[in-house]
Amino acid sequence: MASKTINIIVKIWRQNGPTAKGHFEDHALKDISTDSSFLEMLDVLNEWLAMKGHEPVSFDHDCREGICGMCGAVVNGTAHGPEKETTLCQLHMRSFKDGDTIVIEPFRARGFPVIKDLVVDRSALDRIIQAGGFVSVNTGSPQDGNNILIPQHVAEAAMDAAACIGCGACAAACPNAVPMLFIGAKVSQLALLPQGQLEAKKRALNMVACMDNEGFGNCGNERECENVCPKGISIRNIARLNREYLKAAFTYAE
Amino acid sequence: MNDHSVEGGALQELNGGPLPALAETQSKVCCLISVNQNTRSTAMSWFIQTCQSSLGKKYIMALTGLMLGGFLLVHTIGNATIFWGREAFNAYAHHLHSLGPFVPIFEAGLYTIFFIHVITGVLLFLQNRSAREQKYEVETSAGGRTIGSRTMPYTGAAIFLFILIHLFNFHFVEKTEVLTISDIVTDVLNNPGFTLIYGAGMVLLALHISHGFWSLFQTLGISHPKYDRPIRVVTWAVAAVMIVVFLLITLLLVVSRSHLLG
Repeated sequence: MASKTINIIVKIWRQNGPTAKGHFEDHALKDISTDSSFLEMLDVLNEWLAMKGHEPVSFDHDCREGICGMCGAVVNGTAHGPEKETTLCQLHMRSFKDGDTIVIEPFRARGFPVIKDLVVDRSALDRIIQAGGFVSVNTGSPQDGNNILIPQHVAEAAMDAAACIGCGACAAACPNAVPMLFIGAKVSQLALLPQGQLEAKKRALNMVACMDNEGFGNCGNERECENVCPKGISIRNIARLNREYLKAAFTYAE
Repeated sequence: MNDHSVEGGALQELNGGPLPALAETQSKVCCLISVNQNTRSTAMSWFIQTCQSSLGKKYIMALTGLMLGGFLLVHTIGNATIFWGREAFNAYAHHLHSLGPFVPIFEAGLYTIFFIHVITGVLLFLQNRSAREQKYEVETSAGGRTIGSRTMPYTGAAIFLFILIHLFNFHFVEKTEVLTISDIVTDVLNNPGFTLIYGAGMVLLALHISHGFWSLFQTLGISHPKYDRPIRVVTWAVAAVMIVVFLLITLLLVVSRSHLLG
């Protein structure tokens, strides 16, 4: 397939610091290859800005192959842009048409304060993970293989939940700005397996308590999160979290 | 594969060494956990703490919503007696009121559930609104929201007003041997203004239930590949039955100008 080029206008959020007042800036970009990724398009914009002596746009990125969870912005109102199950770095400019205006905003949630431009502080997710505590495992001599029996479909369900890369798009897309899908996935990946049972109740209680402390909203079952999740994580994991928390709240005592 | 599932979890990262952001936030998390432990030692405070959590508030909405829905279903079935004529309807109302002390007790319970649902709903609405201080320039749906889920707080508020009107129409009025409940219903629903209000109220109720009924199962953690579809179907069926019955009553009374009930 021959590579094409398109001309676009990006309307991008600029904000100097956490407390600075932000605004949108319009830039016309010419001859953007449709084979370039969305972040490469931003690289082109930044090179051009730097050449002109302007401040480049700050944005988060790391692996650029859809696995690290660092990148993410809201493109035309959708977290990670228009392609399903795709991180922003894996989104390509072929998803856009010549002459398009592309509005790029940071993930917006009270729990994700803007640091600069498109970079937001998602350390709330780290604190939630931290509140989840530890998993007890045997550290002695190796056990026999298949010592703990786990049906294939259960292992798959746990693995599907463990696919969460912690990008925070669920909270960004949520009308109530809450990373419920993230916590649902993190609780589920362990709650599904025998190894995760020992601390399951305490984990659910502490992770939810931490989430509530971070200024997020309350899940309204709007299902926007599973529609933007780059790893296609299902809200069935949220139902499992609801179940785990209910069970823990009424039966856990130290 | 199985081991990988555990090791792939982000929790495992903690064993490898602290994440950059951890050092400064250590105190915050420690404080959190100690909050949990302190309150757990006090009798019943765990219950209040659960109710105050984000998930707890959702459980309250789900359970009170289910109870209000249950009442509505009984109310629908009871009111359907009007299709059998004035006598049947008046007799049904008379039977209900002959339950004596159960009536005020039931009423008090219903009001309590209703106000818990309303107050928790208002709290959730305010918290959710403040959870995103800066709105998005472009607001779109990625495909999850429905008209019902999108308008939940607003249909809720409108239904609250509707119920107030409804109570003032039929509940807080003098009922006598001469002026029976069926006369009052006929009078009110034949007023074009009220016909519209009642019709609109039913549509709003259908919207509210179309999200609420499914949502309560999800909130209580009832989600299973075998039951997802039945739950959706029942959601629509329950909403449809209630609304059709109430709308038919309204239409019947308007069309017949009460002659059918004579």
